This record gives sequence, C-alpha cells and structure tokens, in this order.
Amino acid sequence: MNDTPPSVVIKALSKTFDGPDGKPFQAIDGISLSIPPGTLAAVVGPDGAGKTTLMRMMAGLLRPDGGRLHVLGIDLAEDAQEVQNRISYMPQRFGLYEDLSVQENLDLYADLHGVPADVRVERFSRLLAMTDLAHFTDRPAGKLSGGMKQKLGLACTLVRVPDLLLLDEPSVGVDPLSRRDLWEIIEQLIESDGLSVIVSTAYMDEAERCDHVFVMNRGMLLADGTPDELKAGARGLTHVVSPDDGVPARDLQARMIDAPELVVDAVPSGGQVRFICQPGCNEAALKALLHDCDCQPREEELEDAFMLLLHQHDDGHGDASSPPPLASQAPAVATNGNGDGPVIVVRDLVRRFGDFTAVANTSFEVKRGEIFGLLGPNGAGKTTTFRMLCGLLPATSGELLVAGVNLRNARAAARARIGYVAQKFSLYSNLSVYENLDFFGGAYGLRGKERRDRVNEIIRQFDLDPDVHSGNLPLGYKQRLAMAAGLLHQPEILFLDEPTSGIDPLARRAFWRTITALSQSGVTVVVTTHFMEEAEYCDRIAIQDAGRLLALGTPRGVRERSGIVSGHMNEAFIAIVEKARAAEAEGQEAA
Amino acid sequence: MSNAAFKTRLIALVRKETRQMLRDRSNLLVGLILPVVLILLFGYGLSFDVKNAPIAVVMESNSAAAREAVSGLAGSRYLVPVEVTSMAEADALLRAGKADAIVRVPIDFAEQQARGNAQVQLILNGIDSTTATSLEAYINGAIGTVALRRMDRGKSGAGSTGSIVLAQRIWFNEAGISTWYLVPGLVALIMTLVGAFLTSMLIAREWERGTLEALFVTPVRPLELVLAKIAPYLLIGLLDLAMCILAARILFQVPIRGSLLAILITSIAYLVVSLLMGLFISGVTRNQFAASQMALLTSFMPAMMLSGFVFDLRNVPFAVKVASQIVPATHFMGVIKTLFLAGTDWAMVAKGCVIMLGYALLLLALTWRTVRKRLD
Amino acid sequence: MDRLIASLAQIFVLCRKEILALVKDPANRVILVGPALIQSLLFGYAATFDLKNVPYAVLDQSHSAASAEFLTRLDGTGIFKRQATLTNSLQIAEVIDDGRVLMAVSIPSDFATRLAKGGQAPVQVILDGRNSTTAGAAAGYVNAVATAFNAKRAGAPPITVVRRAWFNPNLDSRWQILPAMIATLSMLQTLLLAALSVAREREQGTFDQLLVTPLTPLQILTGKAIPAVLVGVMQSTLVLLIARLWFEVPMNGSLWLLYLGLFGFTGASVGIGMSISALALNMQQAMLYTFMLLMPLTLLSGLVTPIRNMPEVLQILTYANPLRFGVDLVRRVYLEGAGLFDIAFDFVPMLVVASVTMPLAAWLFRNRLA
Repeated sequence: MNDTPPSVVIKALSKTFDGPDGKPFQAIDGISLSIPPGTLAAVVGPDGAGKTTLMRMMAGLLRPDGGRLHVLGIDLAEDAQEVQNRISYMPQRFGLYEDLSVQENLDLYADLHGVPADVRVERFSRLLAMTDLAHFTDRPAGKLSGGMKQKLGLACTLVRVPDLLLLDEPSVGVDPLSRRDLWEIIEQLIESDGLSVIVSTAYMDEAERCDHVFVMNRGMLLADGTPDELKAGARGLTHVVSPDDGVPARDLQARMIDAPELVVDAVPSGGQVRFICQPGCNEAALKALLHDCDCQPREEELEDAFMLLLHQHDDGHGDASSPPPLASQAPAVATNGNGDGPVIVVRDLVRRFGDFTAVANTSFEVKRGEIFGLLGPNGAGKTTTFRMLCGLLPATSGELLVAGVNLRNARAAARARIGYVAQKFSLYSNLSVYENLDFFGGAYGLRGKERRDRVNEIIRQFDLDPDVHSGNLPLGYKQRLAMAAGLLHQPEILFLDEPTSGIDPLARRAFWRTITALSQSGVTVVVTTHFMEEAEYCDRIAIQDAGRLLALGTPRGVRERSGIVSGHMNEAFIAIVEKARAAEAEGQEAA
Repeated sequence: MSNAAFKTRLIALVRKETRQMLRDRSNLLVGLILPVVLILLFGYGLSFDVKNAPIAVVMESNSAAAREAVSGLAGSRYLVPVEVTSMAEADALLRAGKADAIVRVPIDFAEQQARGNAQVQLILNGIDSTTATSLEAYINGAIGTVALRRMDRGKSGAGSTGSIVLAQRIWFNEAGISTWYLVPGLVALIMTLVGAFLTSMLIAREWERGTLEALFVTPVRPLELVLAKIAPYLLIGLLDLAMCILAARILFQVPIRGSLLAILITSIAYLVVSLLMGLFISGVTRNQFAASQMALLTSFMPAMMLSGFVFDLRNVPFAVKVASQIVPATHFMGVIKTLFLAGTDWAMVAKGCVIMLGYALLLLALTWRTVRKRLD
Repeated sequence: MDRLIASLAQIFVLCRKEILALVKDPANRVILVGPALIQSLLFGYAATFDLKNVPYAVLDQSHSAASAEFLTRLDGTGIFKRQATLTNSLQIAEVIDDGRVLMAVSIPSDFATRLAKGGQAPVQVILDGRNSTTAGAAAGYVNAVATAFNAKRAGAPPITVVRRAWFNPNLDSRWQILPAMIATLSMLQTLLLAALSVAREREQGTFDQLLVTPLTPLQILTGKAIPAVLVGVMQSTLVLLIARLWFEVPMNGSLWLLYLGLFGFTGASVGIGMSISALALNMQQAMLYTFMLLMPLTLLSGLVTPIRNMPEVLQILTYANPLRFGVDLVRRVYLEGAGLFDIAFDFVPMLVVASVTMPLAAWLFRNRLA
C-alpha cells in the first residue's frame, strides 16, 4: 500500500502577517513535517503558536510565503480546489448558520459535498445519534448550547467520509462532557471509516490520545513524536507534594510558581501539588522551598513534557506571548469588611425564560475572602446565575444578597463594591490601555488625582503598557487588562465569568497566580470555568447542571461524594453530572 | 457529473440564502415594507405642482384699470388671490407662510398706465425658490394676458397687429403631473435599495459571523456563492417591481405605455447590476456597518440625486453631468421613464440593456475576486 | 451638591470615552466627515430645479423676420440653448424621445402671413413631460417670451411686473436646499450614531461591563446622547461652512440662534436614535430601523416639496417629524434672518419629540436590558 501518498508533506513552510502594531509578524517560521496516511495527529502549542495558521494553510485558505505544501499528494499552490473537494475542515469557530435549523445546516453541507441521497439517510441518522442531536433537528442552530453547536459543527464537517479531516481546536470553550462526546465521535469514525485526522488543541489529555504529536511555539516546531516519546523528556523531573495540614494547596503552589529557577510548573490537584522541577536543580533549595513537606515522584504526563519544552524554548527568547506570572505582591484592596459573615447569600433562586427554567431553586453562600467556583456543562445555568448575582438579570423568585444588597435594584454605591470581568474580556478595543482604565475609573466615581494615581498604580501592578490599543493585546494580556479594570476601584468581591476560556496553559497558570494573591489580600472571588482542574484552586465549588445545584463543597469534599478521589477533577465532575442525569431520567420514567 | 454537482450545490445555496432572508424580519422590512411606504409617500405625499397657491393682493389703487390688471389672477387654476388692505398685512401673511406671493398694485397705477409705464409689484418668498419660480411664471402669464386682452379690445379687428398663440403640449405627461414621473423613477430607486443596500450586508455578514471559512473548504465555487446570493433578492426586487406597476396603474393612474416585457427585461438587468454592486461592496468591506454606509453613498444617493430621478440632468453643471453618466441608475432611469410614459423604444431598451450587461460583467468579475476562496 | 458634581463627572467621563472611541476608529472617522462632505457637494451641484440651460430644438418653416425675431427673443432669455435646428416635423419626435432636448418649438410656414394679417399665429411648443416640473417651468418662460413679443407688436405699453424675491433675490434653488441640508445631513448621522451606540456595545459585550458600574441608566443615556448631539452639530457646522464659503449662500440670521435651534433639533433626533438603540438587538437591526425611519422623515420634511402640497393626513403626521421644523428653522434663520420670536413655534414640536423619546429610551433601557 505504498501508493497512498502521505496526508500532509510540508517543506520549509513560512507565513508572515502584518501585526496589529504594523510590524510584520512571523506566524509560521520554517516548518517541515510529514504525516503518514491513516494517522491521528495532534498539533499542540500555546496561543499564538501558529496552530490555526498552519491548519488554514493545509486547508488552502492561506497562501504560504515560502516553502511547499502537499496535501493528499496534491500541491496546494496548484490545485487548492481539488484538495478542498477531498478534505473536510472544521475551523475553530465553526460558522453555523444560526438562523437555519440543525437539519438545514446538515442538508446544506451534504448538498455542497454532493452526498447521494441514499448514503445521506444512513449517515445523518448515525451522526445525529452520535451527537445526541436527533431530538433537535428542527431547532435553529443559534438556539443550541455551546457544546451542541460544536457537535453540530463536527457533524456538518463529517457529512461524508473525507480523505483527510482537519480539526482546529474543536474543544475550545466546550465543557468536559461535550468534549468527551466529541472525542468519542472522532474515535468511532477513525475506527469505522479509517479516517486520517489532524487536530490542533491546547488540551494535553486530548493530544495524549493521538498517534503523533507536533509541539509548536511561536511559529516553530519544537518537537514531534508519539506521546510516549515526548513524555520521556520529562522523565525523573515530575513529583507530587502534599502541603502541611491546614495549608491550602494553592498557597504552596503559588510559592513554587514564584521560584522558576527551581520549578518549571506546579498545579494543585486533589489537595496536593503536582510539579516539575528544573532539570539539575538544587535539591536542597527545592527541599527548603517545600518546607520539607512530603514529596513523592509521580509518573510523567504529556503536559509535563509540553510545559518543559515551552519553558526551555521561551527562556531562549525574551518575549513570551503569554504574560509572566504577576509578582507575589498582591494588588492592594480595601478590606473594610466586617466579620466573617457571608458576603453572598443565595436562597431558593429561580430564573425562568418563558416556560424554560434556567435556574431552579438554588441556594448557597459565599464567605468573605473565599474563592468560589461555579462549575457546570454548557447550558447548565451557571452564566444565568452569575448574571443574576451581578445584577444584570432579574431573578424570577428567591432571595439574593451580594455584600448585603440585591444589585439589581441597588443604588450605585453598592455596585461600586463589586468588580466584574466579562466572558470575552470586553473592553473598548480601539481605546488604549490607559484610556480604558481611565474610563472605568471615572465610571466608578474616581476623580482627579485619585483616579490618575490609582490607574498608574494598577498599570504598574499588572505590568501593562499604557499606550497599546487594547484590541491589539494578546489574549493573555487582554484578560489581565480586564482584571485590572475590574479591580480599579478596590472592590470587595470580584466576579469572573469564564476568565480562562480559550487561554493556553501558560497564561492560565499566570492568571491563577494573580487570583491566589488577590484572595490572600482578602478579596472574595466568584469564578465560573470549564476547566475542571481549575476547581482545585477554589476554596469551595458548586456544580450545576440543567439549572439545578448538584454538588456544593470543597473540591476534596465534592470528589469524595463522586467516589473518584484520585485522578483528574474532570472525571469526578463527569461522574456527578451523569449520576444526576441518570437519576433524573429514572425519576421521569417512574412518574 | 460536474454539471449535476454544480446544480445541486447551487440549489442548496439558493435554498439557504432564501431561508436566511425569510427568517430575518428586518431584511423583509426594508425589502418589502419600505418600498410600499415609499410608493405611497411619493404617490400621495410629494408633489412639485403648484396648486391653489394663496396670493395676497394689495390694491393701493382702486381704479378700474388696477382692478382689471389683477383680474387675470382669479382665472388661473394655480392661484387663489386674496385681497388684503395693506402692505403690512400682506407682509405678515407672507412671513407666516399663509401667502406664497404678494401682488401689489401701486396707488398711481392708472396714471402710470396712461403714461405707458404701468407697473405691478410682485414679491415672492425665495425660501422655497422652486415654488416661487413657478408662481412667478403663472403670475406673469395671468397679468400679461389681461394686458393683451385689453389691447385687443381697444383696437378694431382690422387694425389688430396679430399675435402669437402658443399651442403648448407636454408630451408623455399632458397634464404635467409630477407623480407621473416620480413613480416610474421610484422603480429605479427601489431596485437600488433592494439591490445595493440590502445585499451589501450579505457577504460582510458571513465574514463577520465566520461562516465563510467552513464553506470555503468544500467543493463550492466562488461563482456559485455569488449567484446564490443574488437569486432570492432578485425575487424580492421583482415583487417590488410588480407593486410599483400595480400602484402606478391603480392608485395613481400613471399610464404604462411601454410593453410590460420591456419593463421586465430592463428592470431585471438593472436589478442584477445593483445586486452585484451590493455584493461587491460587501465583499470588499467585509464589515456590515461600513458596507451599508458605502452602499448608501455610492448607490442610493447617486440614484436619488444624479440619475435624473427628480433633478433634471439637463440643468446640472457639466462635471456633474459627466459623473451622472457613470452611475448605472442614470441609464436605467431614462429607459424606465420612457417605458412608462412614452412607449416602447426597443433601440433604447437594447442600448440600456447593453450598458447594464457591461456593468454586470465588470461587477461580477470584481465580486468574484472578493470571494475567491482565501482568507488573506 | 457634591453628589451632583460627582454624577456630572461620571457623565463627562462617559462622554469622553464615547468621543475617543468614535474618533479613534478609522472607519468612524471617515463616516464623520466623508458622507456630509460628499452629500453637501452633491446636493449643492445636482439638486437644482432652476432652468439655466434648457436645450431646445427649432423647426422654423416660416423663415421670416417675425419668426427670427421670436427666436432671438427666446435665445435672449439666456435660459434656452438651441441644440438642434430641424427641417421636418418628424424629427421633433426623434429629438424629444431620446431626451436630447427638453422642448421643441415649431413655427408653421404661414406664421408671418397670419401675423401680418393681424390674426392669430399659432406656434407649437412641445415639451418632454418625463420631468414635468422642468417642463412646466420651461413652458412658463416661453409663455413670458410670447407675451412680451405680442405686447411689443401691439405697441402697447405692457404691464411690467417688477419682481422682488425676498430672502433669495435670484430664486436660486441652491439657496433653498443647502441651508436645509444643515439640518438634514446631520440628522442622518446623529440618528445612526445614537442608534448604534448601545447596539454596538451590546454586540461587543462591553455593555454588561458598563451596567455593573455605578452608572445609572439616566447617566448612561445622557453620556451617550451628548456626544451624538455634539457630532450632529459638528456635521451641521461642516455643511454650514460649505454652504457659506464654497457655495457662497449668504447668511442673514444670527449664528447663536442658528446653533440654539440646531441643538434643539439634534436633541430630538438623538432621542429618536436612542429609542431605536434600546429597541434594536444588534447593529444590523439598528441600521435597518434607522434607514426605515430616515426615508419618510426626509421626504415629509418639506425639504424638496412643500408641506402644503401634501394630503391633510400626511400634513398632520409631519408634526411628529423634527426634521420638518429643523428645516424650517434653519432656513428661516439662515435666509430670512428670523429672530427667536419668529421661530419660537419650531421649538415646540422638537422639544416635545425630545422629551417623549428620551424618557422612552431610558425606560426601554431599564426594562429591555436584561
């Protein structure tokens, strides 16, 4: 079977864009690689590594500035259309036609790919079954939840069996359940149809499922190989440490992140801290850093190798695209709170949209100085809960007190006590960093010298460049600016709506380092997230699904309730949600 | 094979575009309701014709000669003379907009007339110079005829010097009703609205919503995308055309002297041009807001101002005349007005269609380039 | 008092942000100046009903001194330009049909003899009715020429009509249209700006961020309305400058009064725009709704056709149209030099519209944003 050409052959490929600041920017910098047919290959890398550019070039959507690119043995420079006839491509933001129904979207792509009617019937029923969309064929795509949209996008991409399937970050912004479903579909199709697949991703657990992994950073290929080959790079460097009783794991983790000469990476997990030490680091110094806590070696994972590769590569260069972690010095915050009473009280909260109940009978409290995580799959009602907390949405019924008042009808003064960071880091993109902060300072009633001082102080604390247009900032810095804007007026409570969605692991570490510091200074933090491992940073978490509160407690307590104590938080989360869904289904059957 | 696949894809895309169009209410609002509003406004609301204009007549001299001089005003079907006692009163009426002109017969009119130097003063409100100009002509005519009549009476038939009698005929619009030319012109305006303005958002919207990226990596050809986007709006445009024709005929009694077939052919030709114009703008700007602004500025405004819709191109400076020839609407405007009011002039229709075809091919080529399947 | 100052300071900050965001976006910058500039030039040059060059054709079958004299008088008006000299009556249809001439004058062969006999000598005038407005005006001029010709022949002293046109001595239609544009063009922009202001923030997700700040809906409304008013007045200034300096339409009224009127008028437009903004869910809707409204507002403003020519029902409707009063106000102040007392009435409907739409927008903000 030597006559099947490789799926992709790339030789010395390069691509330059005009950067937002007008300077040229090397998105792809001399990459060569070859992917044999019939493999499942992953392209991994942080934001701005060039993953999407590479995928788009393979799909014939961008013309290379240099080098050669053959897909399925066809030179893309000569016949891009022929390649596009034979491959299927799912862009990062799959543009479903939101005003068309699920069925109409599927039909459109089937027609465009010329799928014969008889094949179609069988294929559609299979795709709809796999994506769990069979009951929603008449629903407009715009009315689906994020995870369902992503599955529909995949289904549209797979209306026929392509010779090569390109998936560009298919699981960005998708909850763990939908993410698992997506991968099940892909793996089933690989098995039944013998698909060749190239997927780009920021999730290492996804890359670990692939035959071959390519690690990219800043337009360059750092390494490639099977997951096992790559993992070998981190062998002997990976450990897990348990903090002393009573010390939150995140405090120990923060301390370790602040010592980059000893520790490459550290994450809290199940009350412990998993970390990678620098190759050849001073063992005595490391021991001192850990305060002689119990430290055990652990098996290396792909993420360890990935973090190691990135750190080594970035150390060679000055500017990383993701911001370095903030200094441990915490932004000064007013702590004029009184006592340890709860700052947020939610009792029997209900929100209905028409006859659809988005949030049902939810009750919880958040204590002062806590980091409180609101978790749940797409469409679980966590955004609705969150918006009600911030006063953006009225509650249908129930009691809701934030800092002692209901923000919906609170006077302006009460709103000055909270900070809010919206999901998309929504700031005015054509204003500079300084202008944005100056505006929000003014909106929060800061005036004159007080405002100038405060803005300059926060710019310094968050290490921002005041003159850059905020629209031109890399995603990690955008998020940082949004946080800075939310903290300008020194609020008691900070609300963060999916602050890490679409952000790569490096920037996520930096973000949580800041949150940890804030919490230490007494700010109460309420955060929603898709990344279950981030629950480990929280003091307490609430898991929601279908509008109901399924679990509430410390991360460890929630894990124990799920019965999955070790391993990733992901699995505990999936177990809890599935158990609740099964019980619901049973209840319905019984009724 | 390739032909059948082309057809399948085209039908699928047309179906998609049609569904999207039908589900977006604001689109239909502009595509179907706004034309109705425009038809009614232009048909009933707007008229350049002076009718029953109130004229303040100040009789300072009460002589028979003076009375006779202004007697013609009452006979005009355009004017309603109102006698006032003082100039101050007339002044107030004019300023308040209750009179459009003042005719003042001075106190020494009779003596002056005897000396062959009769004068009547006419004061117009120049703020509405259009009305003022028409009034001046009517009042001049009304006073002038009286003078002539007087002359004829004064002399015996044999001694008459003879006079010119103008036999005026306004071709195509005998009664000189402005609605008659506004309504056919409206066809051009509405075609531009539906074509350029509505479609200017179509490709831009797909860029903004990111729906093109996945669509590009399919066997779809750029031409299919363009054709499919045109089709549903072509239909809307034809519906609007039908509405215009019916309204012209039934509501406003505008004659339709040309053949419906010729109207249909030229309208489709122009509609295609403005649809392509809209798509071209859309593909270049890739931004709905910028696209709609561009469409207004480069299509709608010229169609309104430069096409000869209201403002006669024979009046404008040379440079503007040249500019107007570049605007496709100008060429359509001439043909459609002729077809409605004058009758079918196949040579003119053919010429118009050839020009439209030229524009269409040019725009098609340009649009094609903007949807070539590339992101950079 | 302190609270008031604090509140005003917050509004000021919002205004400044709106203006910065507007000026910094290159696409917006173009829209601030480009359309107003192009449109005022277009209206200045193309929007004219004045007959200056009426192309006409002559079929003179009389070839007499009398016919020559009549034609000389026609040419002497300076309005008619002889485009073609025809040799037979069939050619008339040709030159009229293809729009080459607006008018054809046909003098029959017995013209001179009939005149000499002291009878009536018919001259046929054929006009192209495909634009009956210009046709009618041209007819008026020919009539005047014929009347003068007859009077001269009769040797009778004609009644001279001494014309004086107030506020616009040459009855130049540019004088009629350009001052009106000062109000009209700025309305187009202010309406759109105000309509998009909230829709844009909603689409970009910044509106939530704004709502969680201590700003009240009233402050947000005011902070967004003021920049739109300023932009509108700035555009008016641009058109005003073009009218005065480029087209040299002299201004008689007080600049202060003109601006007072413009602020009132723009306030009313912004009120309408803000209401659209509160109703529209996205930018596309905001744009289309604005456009839907703009056409009738312009057509029913008396800008090109007199309000009095409209049917009763529409005339009543125009009371809700701030542009009608804006156009009237600007024209009267600019051309007539009207004083505050003269135009006081124009403010009433504009203020009513502003005081209805602004609270409506505020109410919609509070109840629809959610």
